[in-house]
Formats: sequence, structure tokens, C-alpha cells
Amino acid sequence: MAECHPVGFQWVMEARLRGAKVFHIDPRFSRTSAVADRYLPIRAGSDIVLLGALINHVLSNELYFREYVLAYTNAATLVSKRFQDTEDLDGLFSGFDPETHRYDPSSWAYEGDEESEAEAAGADSYGARGAGASARPPSDPTLRHPRCVLQILKRHFARYTPEMVDELCGIPPEDFAELAEAITANSGRERTTAWVYSVGWTQHSVGAQYIRASAILQLLLGNMGRPGGGIMALRGHASIQGSTDIPTLFNLLPGYIAMPHAHRHEDLAHYLEMEGADTGYWGNRRSYLVSLLKSWWGDAATEDNDFCFDYLPRLTGDHGHYATVMGQIDGTVKGYFVIGENPAVGSANGKAQRLGLANLDWLVVRDLTLVETATFWKDGPELETGELRTGDIATEVFFLPAASHVEKEGTFTNTQRLLQWREKALDPLGECRSDLWFYYHLGKRIRQRLGDDEIDRPARELTWDYPEMGEHRDPSAEAVLREINGTGPDGRALSSYRELAPDGSTRCGCWIYCGVYADEVNQAARREPGSRQSWVAPEWGWAWPANRRILYNRASADPDGRPWSERKAYIWWDAEKGEWTGHDVPDFDLRKPPDYEPPDGARAEAALAGTDPFIMQSDGKGWLYVPSGLSDGPLPAHYEPHESPVLNTLYGRQSNPARRTYDRPENPYNPPGSARFPYVFTTSRLTEHHTAGAMSRSLAYLAELQPELFCEVSPQLAAEVGLVNGGWATIVTSRTAIEARVLVTERVRPLRVQRQIIHQVVMPYHWGYGGGGLVTGDIVNDLLPVVLDPNVYIQESKAGTCAVLPGRRPRGQALLDLIEEYRHG
Amino acid sequence: MADGGWISRWPVIRQLKGEDGRRDAARSARTDALRPRTEEADTVARSVCPYCAVGCGQLVYVKDGKVSQIEGDPGSPISRGRLCPKGSASKQLVTHPGRQTQVLYRRPYGTEWERLDLETAMDMIADRVVRTRRETWQETHEGKEVRRTLGIAGLGGATLDNEENYLMKKLYTALGAIQVENQARI
Repeated sequence: MAECHPVGFQWVMEARLRGAKVFHIDPRFSRTSAVADRYLPIRAGSDIVLLGALINHVLSNELYFREYVLAYTNAATLVSKRFQDTEDLDGLFSGFDPETHRYDPSSWAYEGDEESEAEAAGADSYGARGAGASARPPSDPTLRHPRCVLQILKRHFARYTPEMVDELCGIPPEDFAELAEAITANSGRERTTAWVYSVGWTQHSVGAQYIRASAILQLLLGNMGRPGGGIMALRGHASIQGSTDIPTLFNLLPGYIAMPHAHRHEDLAHYLEMEGADTGYWGNRRSYLVSLLKSWWGDAATEDNDFCFDYLPRLTGDHGHYATVMGQIDGTVKGYFVIGENPAVGSANGKAQRLGLANLDWLVVRDLTLVETATFWKDGPELETGELRTGDIATEVFFLPAASHVEKEGTFTNTQRLLQWREKALDPLGECRSDLWFYYHLGKRIRQRLGDDEIDRPARELTWDYPEMGEHRDPSAEAVLREINGTGPDGRALSSYRELAPDGSTRCGCWIYCGVYADEVNQAARREPGSRQSWVAPEWGWAWPANRRILYNRASADPDGRPWSERKAYIWWDAEKGEWTGHDVPDFDLRKPPDYEPPDGARAEAALAGTDPFIMQSDGKGWLYVPSGLSDGPLPAHYEPHESPVLNTLYGRQSNPARRTYDRPENPYNPPGSARFPYVFTTSRLTEHHTAGAMSRSLAYLAELQPELFCEVSPQLAAEVGLVNGGWATIVTSRTAIEARVLVTERVRPLRVQRQIIHQVVMPYHWGYGGGGLVTGDIVNDLLPVVLDPNVYIQESKAGTCAVLPGRRPRGQALLDLIEEYRHG
Repeated sequence: MADGGWISRWPVIRQLKGEDGRRDAARSARTDALRPRTEEADTVARSVCPYCAVGCGQLVYVKDGKVSQIEGDPGSPISRGRLCPKGSASKQLVTHPGRQTQVLYRRPYGTEWERLDLETAMDMIADRVVRTRRETWQETHEGKEVRRTLGIAGLGGATLDNEENYLMKKLYTALGAIQVENQARI
């Protein structure tokens, strides 16, 4: 965090000054390790073992926050008799189909829910929210029933012991004990513990389950919805949170509404019936979706035509980034827009990316500089090896220069869900334009070219009128933000998603952002200085939803609505006024008393009790066990990375059985257990550079601060391989070989794993061959295979295997020969 | 500042006499006369750093139609005026000479970039979208209505504004393009 989010890290340092203990668990010693109380090096790809052992420690020593767990989680809920755990099936959950490598999750359901619609989830079916479950499933408040969630958890995690942590993570028992003691001593009524993670947890073939493991631990310790608690995803880009909320993602519509699926959804009514439960806030999904359709198709969207639900194109499976690249190589994808992104350097298996680009009819790249994705036909590494020739590449390339963040106005959503409006400082130079300009004017031009054909109707009837401003006729970003916010029947801006209606009388482009333009005021532009308001700072920007700064903050009070402790008071019930109050906007129905019991047949939020803080869930509980919505199991289980030098000694399954692989010539994998690739390989970032480097390699200050690609290795590894500090190393995988300067340092500690020494090689991935960079270097992501988490289709970037050789890599055909030699020995 | 003649006020002399060279004894008449260029700015825009997702406040100073400085915004309760090395260097991000300001075009099998004016490029791109969409249109797939194209795809970075992502998703969806992706997955 100190390395990649340095200014955010000032708050960790403040907490430390006030007595907080900071642990840093990372394969790499970074600037964070340098200032933490304890640094625990861990083998990349083994975190579920560590988290599982912490869960086991909490459960077997009865250290969980019993009152919180009983009231606010599904610990007491009974699970179907048909459910079988990894304990029963040696690393598989019930429902696995070995032919398709997919699970049928119906046996994971709560008792009584087995017959309801359940389908293997995954990014292409449930979007982000998961399916529903009963609002009031059978439960055992004594927590003794063998099929209640808590007992299932106890059995499932029993094998996650400190000895296993020692054996698989390389963390000795005394270090584990110190961590376990710290997190349990600092949780409960008076204290909270927070977990902070980044892509070191997500970029794995079992990545979503890393986060699930952390969620279980935090729920057991009562650290969710409370100040100083939580699980913080430190996101790496200025508006990557916004890119998920208002997604340019294939499986989602704005506000985490799933895209319709051809085989699952017939019409609007059928879609609404299939996509989740009727209880909890998702019970209002008709209002959210109809308001979105009204926003896009305006008066053309009527009750009679299902509000143009049929205008939405249908999914039939995985249409994610890597599936798209394979489609390019196979020739189905003809035209490609790359907007402020540089997949030729930033995505896994860069060669596959560039082969895809080279097989397009046309490519549009918009960026500040000539990134490698725009110039692959001129200077890509495949030209040097002879795999591609410029004169043979048919791709027509348009490069359009983009406006920078100061040359346009609009909102970013930061890592804490906070929307901040940026004022425009000046006009962009030359032909630079904002992406808002580009898509608005492209849309206008496309619409001019459409005829009366039925296939053109959705684009023809699309609402596409925005006020144009200035010399370049920029569309008004505020008008777009206001459309996102939504309007009521009177045409006035709405102030809350609670005003959205299911009958088409309201419009809203993204329901969770409803309120950002409340009272016809751009709330994201608010700038009351921090020194002039409370520590929660509610008047700086606007956080979704409803300007709430901590989600599920009803859980900061006990079931009766009183703060768990004075020290941790945040939101509480004011019986006199009959409403929730406190330091933040309550994430709960303002006037729903703690003793509210839902009547039979209640739906949406009315179906949740006054003690149900997790209002997006169908039962209002924090899910220790996930009965539906995940594609690789209701509980996290440790599986080794697809490429690993270590045997999974926890189960008879080496890797995530549901992971997605691409067995194609462009994407060879290191042979399992191959002695030719003995070292663990992971990628990282540096303070002075940004992701694939397009926004940092071209800046003189930053290029001078970190001029060259390097690999950090321990003195032991250097001696084993023959590496010299300041010299060169070649890192080899089945995809390619790259070269880097060697930094020999004792910061990198070899780990003792399964009675052998495991060396880890960590490399920052900011360099490339061009991109207007003042400094260049080999592309680290070229080493990575494409193997994906089955829930979200993220690639496994953070744990692989490699070989290391002294010296520079060969050039031309000799490079291909070297890789062949390593692949086949 | 110390009393006495100009020689005794000379910073080197004062530092040799034991005054702390990191404080007042570092000051000279020249440094006292220096003014920050932020004071001379014509306008100041309240902005946000474009690198990581912490969302540090930035103040963008403009003088004579050019960005003259970018500073941390002390009002921000998130960053309290601070910026990291990248945020501090972001004036270079918007002013460095490697920024492209012209449309470039590479024709099929071409070996060099060519110039193209923006209006022509926009028309050519619109033509290609319309043509490719028509050529790759799928009305049905495995017997189910899908009304889409798999011939056009998009990949966006995560420094796009919410408003930009919104128009992108809206337009792609209305055109039936579904392979719309973002760094947020990767």
C-alpha cells in the first residue's frame, strides 16, 4: 500500500501512531514492509491456507464475536442434506461435472431452497450480486445442528492448521501465532481489525475465494459495517471502481444489473423472475432496470413493449477480454476499440494479445501517447522473432489522440466509492478530444448512417441528445451525469434510488448513483475542506449509495440498535426520534426500528428484519457460507496455482477444478510439476510507475527515478543460478523469455515449503518496447499464461513458475528455440 | 533574520556560525524574493489525480493557456494536500513532448503512419462500425434470439470518466456489441 497507494497509506501511519499494529503479508518486501510492525513473507498463491488457518483458529478457540455472528450472519442457517463438502469428496464440492469442469450448485442451497432455480454461476450468468435464497431459511440459533453453517465451517476449516501454514505458505508457527493473536485481540466490541488487499489477492485462478476467505474471517470477528473494520480493495486506477459501477464489462449493465442471457431469459418478466430473490434491496430490481431502459430508450420504451428489454443483446457464455482476444486470433472479431488501455503490454500473454491485434480488419486506439497497442505492427517483439512481418499485417489502425484529465470535466469514482468531479482546466491541444466527445460524435455519425432496418432500431431510437459546448462541440458531461442520476415524472432530478418506480415513470442511468445530482446540484463537485467538517467528511464529493461512507453500517450497532461500544459508536437507533442516526448516512431504512419483524409475504426491504444489516442479501445476513452465486464452491478451499512447484497436500485436487484454461498453441502452459521451471514467479508495481507504463514511462522525472526493468533475487538464488548484482538475468516460461537487470538483495527471503527451499522471483511490469517511453524494457506480462478464475474471469498473474538463467536473452529465432527447448526439454 | 551587515546575513556565514541550514539560515535575499508560479496563475481548476484510486485532490494552475503547475489540494480530506511521485509529476503527464496531438493512420499492410484529419477519421470509423456490424450480425444463436454482433469489441482503461463509460456502454449495447470490456476485469 505504501508502494502503490502512498498517499492513502498516510492513514495507516496515523493509525499506527495511535497504537494500531500493522502486519504486511506479501511475497515481496516493499516500502510497506519497511514501515510495518511485522513483515511476513508468504509463498505467492497460498493465502487461502493462511486465511483458512486464521478462521480455524477463531472457530476452534471460540474467539468469534458470538452476538454479532448469531444476529448478523448466516451461521445458524441450515444447509441442504445433499451438500457434500471438500472434506467428503477430497477437494471437490458436490455437483461437479468432470466433463465440463463446472459445478451444479443446487446441492449447496439452504435447506428448503434446493428446488429453486440454481445454475452454475460465473461472470456470464449472475453478474456481481449472486442469486437469491430464502429470506427466512430454517436455522438453529444454538449453532449446534451438524448442518448449520457454523458447524459446516468448523469441519471444513479443521485441516487448515498452523502446520499447514508452515508447510504451504512458508510462515513459521510462531509468526502465525503472533498474527492470530493480534487480529483476535483487536476485534470485538471495543476494537476492530481491517484487511487491505489488492490484485495480489484477486489475480489467481481461485481469486474470488481469497476475498471470500477474508469475508468469513471478518464476519466471524464482527469487523464488517463498523469503523476501522472492513475489507478494503485498494484499486489501482483512478476510476476503476467507476468502470465497474457503470461498467464497460460484458456481463453487466450499470449498477450491477446482469446482462440478459439468451438461454436463461425470454422476456422482461422472465428475466426478473430468474435474476435473484424478491427479498432484500434486489427485490426492487424491476424499478432499477425499467428506469435504466427508460433512460436509454425514452418514450420508445413502454409497458407494451417491455420497455425495450428486447433491445438488449443477449449473452451466450464468456465474452470477456481473453475470450475476445481468442476471437481475434480465430477471426470472429473484426473491429476493436482500445480506449486508454494497452493490452499489448498490460494483459497476460502479450504475444496472444498482439497476434489478435494483427488479425483484425480495423483497430481504433485512443491514448495520450503512441502506446504499444497502436504500434505493434511496426515494433512488436514478434517482428524481431520473425513470427510476424509488417507487410503481411492487414490491420487498419486509427490512432486518435486523447484529452488528459485536466482537459475535460467529469467524475472519477475512487477506491472508497467516492465520486469526485474534476473541473476542466483548459482545452485540449490539436486534435486531442475526450472519450466523451469521441463516443458522442461517433454515435451521431453512426445514427446518420442507419436505415429503416429492424436491426438498426435500438440505435435509431436511442436517446442521444446532449447539449453541445464550446468550439469542439463537446457534449455536456454534467448532462450525462444528470441522466445517470435520473429524473422523475416531472423531469426533475431524483434524489434517491428509493424514488425509482417499476412502471416506467422514472428514468435512471445507474440506480446506485441516483442522488449524485440531487436537488439539481452536482453533489460530486462538493468541496467542503476536510478541516471544516467531521472526520467522516460527508461534504466532500459524493459516495454511492446515498452518500454512505461505510456500507452495511447498521452492523455498527448491536441488535437493539445501541453502539457495540462508545469507542466504536457510528450509527445507532434514536428511539425518541424513531430513526437511525450517527456520524454517517445510515445504510438502512431510516425509520425501521430494531424490533421490526417482517410480515408474511413481505418483499424487497420490507422482508428484512430490524436486525438484518446486509440489506442487499435476500436474507439480510452476512454470508459465511454462500448458497448460490459462486461457480467454484460455497466455501473457499486452497488450490495450488495452475503453475506451481508445490504439491497441494490439503486435498487430492492440485488446482481449482473449475478454473478456465485455454489449451491453444498461442497459450502453452508450463508442464505440471516440471523441474525445468523450479521458481515461483509473481509481478508487482513500483511507486514511480503506473501499470503498463503509458502514463509514467514518458515522464522524465519518473523515468529517471526508475529507469530500468529489474528482478529482485535473494543472495542464495543468485549463487544457485550464477547471477551478479547489476548484471542481467533471463526469465523463461513456456510463453517467452525476457531479460532484466539483477538486484541481489536480502530483502527477498527464500521460503522453506514442504521441506524444500522455494525461491520467488518478483518483477515490476511497467516497461515495454515503445509507447513514447523515455525508458524501455521487456514486457513482463508476456511471461504469463491465460488461466482464469471461473467467477470473474480474471487472469492468474500473481503466481506462476519460471526458470532463471544468467545473462541476456537470445534474439530472433534463437529466442524461439530457447522456449521450445524449455517447453519440451 | 540575523541583524548586521550583508556579509553576516550571508547564508554560508550563518551556517558556519552554527545556525541550522535547513531553516532560516538557508534563506538569502534572492530566495526571499522568489514567488511561486502558482501566484501568477490566471485560473485554478479543482481536479483529481489520474493515477491510482486513492483520489487525491489536485489544483491545476493555468497561465497563458498552458498548465503552469499541478499541486495537491490541501482541502481534500483524503489527501490533505499531498501527492505521491506520480501525482507530483502529473504536470509532465499533460505537458510532455511525447504526447500525440494529431490523428495517425496506418493503412492495411502499410509500413508507416500517415496523417489523417479528425473529421475524416471519424467518418471512416463510423463507416467501418456500420459495415462490420452488418456483416457480422447474429439474429439467433443455437436457436435463441441474440440480436448482436461478435464482430466488434472494445477494451477501455480505468482512467475513463463515469460519464464516458456510460456513453460507451449505452452506444455499444444499442449497436448489439457485447464484448465490451475494461481494465476493471483484468
